[in-house]
Amino acid sequence: MNPRILAATVGRILRQLRHDRRTVALLVVVPTALLTLVYYMYADQPTPPGAPSAFDRIALVMLGFFPFIIMFLVTSIAMLRERTSGTLERLLTTPLAKTDLLFGYGIAFGLAGAAQATIASAGAYWVFGLQTAGSSGLVIMIAALNAVLAVALGLLCSAFARTEFQAVQFMPVVVAPQLLLCGLFVPREQMAGWLQAVSDVLPLTYAVEALQEVGAHAEPTGTMWRDVVVVGGAAVLALVLAAATLRRRSG
Amino acid sequence: MDHVIAVRGLVVDRGRRRVLDGIDAAVPRGSVTGLLGPSGSGKTTLMRAIVGVQVIAAGTVTVLGQPAGSAGLRHRVGYLTQAPSVYADLTVRENARYFAALHGRGRAEADHAVADVGLASAARQLVGSLSGGQRSRASLACALVGEPELIVLDEPTVGQDPVLRADLWARFHALAAAGTTLLVSSHVMDEAARCDRLLLIREGRLIADDTPDAVRAAAGVDDLDEAFLRLIRAGEPEHTGEAS
Repeated sequence: MNPRILAATVGRILRQLRHDRRTVALLVVVPTALLTLVYYMYADQPTPPGAPSAFDRIALVMLGFFPFIIMFLVTSIAMLRERTSGTLERLLTTPLAKTDLLFGYGIAFGLAGAAQATIASAGAYWVFGLQTAGSSGLVIMIAALNAVLAVALGLLCSAFARTEFQAVQFMPVVVAPQLLLCGLFVPREQMAGWLQAVSDVLPLTYAVEALQEVGAHAEPTGTMWRDVVVVGGAAVLALVLAAATLRRRSG
Repeated sequence: MDHVIAVRGLVVDRGRRRVLDGIDAAVPRGSVTGLLGPSGSGKTTLMRAIVGVQVIAAGTVTVLGQPAGSAGLRHRVGYLTQAPSVYADLTVRENARYFAALHGRGRAEADHAVADVGLASAARQLVGSLSGGQRSRASLACALVGEPELIVLDEPTVGQDPVLRADLWARFHALAAAGTTLLVSSHVMDEAARCDRLLLIREGRLIADDTPDAVRAAAGVDDLDEAFLRLIRAGEPEHTGEAS
């Protein structure tokens, strides 16, 4: 990796995003709009004494979901565009290292995901009165980490897609199982053993557990830090695998 | 002679089809070499092998003394793909600045490259809003911006108006005079006469590697289009047999 080339690549990707004003508007508005829906859906649900309200429980996890889902899609399409437009082939004849490109995407869309998470969190805390025992800064950090994980998985999956249609199909394949099994819909300890085993190897599970730790504890816990390390490690692993599947020479 | 590109016994297969079948060719330094041949003859594949992005079945491709695609060559070789490979959602200037940065060049060099291809007045426009010809010149600017020693251009003049085409060829010759080596592909025969040397390729085989004058002399005609046709016929005795 070369810091100058990496920085130029991050700048280039963010500039592309900046020119696409509608995408930026959607990134900013959609999470808050969906949180509004959730807020009114659960407005009249009774809360058992001592437990967090349904909105607090669900909104907290959703703050992690938004960057994960959206950055996965954005990255898959962006990388596929690099392949189909010929820019990838050209980049690979320049001094740019494969890791410059992949980490460039990780950093650029990670920043975009962090910005999205910050805006969505601001809405959740200030407009809808989200309550967490721990700090909102930790929530945003975990959400941003989710964005990086999604970018890494998106880059890896895009290697196996030849068309935009195929790339979009990876969303239900890669993202949906992680959402279903992360413990939001059914607590993990109530799942069948084999489902728990599957859930154990899905990185989003750890991100959700980390968010729940922040929700329940005033100070960052050891479990939360372990989860953060697992998610970060999964992101780096996916980026390294993506670099390994990216070939300078093709047939 | 000092050869910038040396190709020996190059064989490339794509799927079950043999795209290049034993190519031997050499390109001298400081020249404009034309790679001519009909669509589908293997021009792009040969160029991809030279810039080191093509999987090859046999043979060697040596560029500036190193195997094609070596890491050490990546700042010395510029490549223009056939379809304009620039970011449609960036401006011309932003594209040039990005590719300049990859080659360790600054903003001044980027702006210079944009002006060199006649796009100074469109520098602030998004590439996606440009005409096809302008877009391909934006792509060309990004290939020139690193001031590489070898420039491989896949059909750079397609869709350009005649005045611009003449300007671009003048620019190529100015670069060659300064010591840069250019390999330029085209399927338009009237561009062949503008080259210092010609590589004529058909169905994956090289049928001529010479100066335009020598190609004319070998075929015994003045018109390069006709010369190309005669060289093809001369290489395929079975066809002349059927015709007679």
